[in-house]
Amino acid sequence: MFNVHVYVRMKKGLLDPQGKAIEGALKSLGFSTVSDVKVGKLIEMKITGKSREDVRKKVEDMSRKLLSNPVIESYNFEIEASASSAQGNPNR
Amino acid sequence: MKFGVVTFPGSNCDYDCYNVVKRVLKQPVEFIWHAGTKLDHFDCIILPGGFSYGDYLRCGAIAKYSGIMGEIIKFAQQGGGLVIGICNGFQILTESGLLPGALQRNKSLKFICKNVHLKCENNKTPFTNKLKKDHVIKIPIAHGEGNYIADPSTIAELKKNKQIIFTYCDEKGHVNEEANPNGSILNISGICNKKRNVLGMMPHPERCSESILGGLDGKLIFESILSK
Repeated sequence: MFNVHVYVRMKKGLLDPQGKAIEGALKSLGFSTVSDVKVGKLIEMKITGKSREDVRKKVEDMSRKLLSNPVIESYNFEIEASASSAQGNPNR
Repeated sequence: MKFGVVTFPGSNCDYDCYNVVKRVLKQPVEFIWHAGTKLDHFDCIILPGGFSYGDYLRCGAIAKYSGIMGEIIKFAQQGGGLVIGICNGFQILTESGLLPGALQRNKSLKFICKNVHLKCENNKTPFTNKLKKDHVIKIPIAHGEGNYIADPSTIAELKKNKQIIFTYCDEKGHVNEEANPNGSILNISGICNKKRNVLGMMPHPERCSESILGGLDGKLIFESILSK
């Protein structure tokens, strides 16, 4: 079993109106040194697979097909063997 | 001409579209459930507005993998049938790759519900043949994510092939920044595919096809489909 974190972000250079609104709110709260606020998504999941490489391929595929829209978004992800399965079989 | 109106969980303009086809156009029409069915006996499929699958993840992202979308892609690409996506339907068409680009959050971050004016940039399509070139129509929008975006090469391609069908303009037909409600590139509010049988538009023609609703300009789009 693996724990996966997929991060989806707006592509660089695209307008991020949510980030802008949050930046404005932060500044009005007195956080005047803040700049370049961007809003993205974190998608967490558990997934089983034969190996880390097998899981990496699956996560890559699902990120491209569904979790991100390549026209406006980019993605990256982290894969961690979950504690229980790591104890049971360190190779998985 | 036989119409089909697709209902996804969360669609909310499906009955409006059904009503226009049945009562205004007086054409046969059926609801099509999102799980999928054969579309051979239809001539035109309408993807209505709403919030398919709650707009979770991104607008249209989950709908694109619903059972019916595979059939619609076949219907449009192999069969050459007409497909019109309105509002959420446009978002589904871009997500599924039937139309290029994407629709992102309105520049103002606000959900905008009001009448706008559109200029018909190309009347040589099955969806606009009842309009004149540069015809200005008044039509309502109601969306939070209608800000059309595409990379420069896609925009160049759209221009070259005359795939930009509607742009936001003022009452007199001037396409300018003030008339752009949501930040769309080039004020784009509707585009079609290269083959001209798939149209996506953010404004709602089904909400202005009867005089009791305050306008008839939307009817021109449905009448164009009938006389294609």
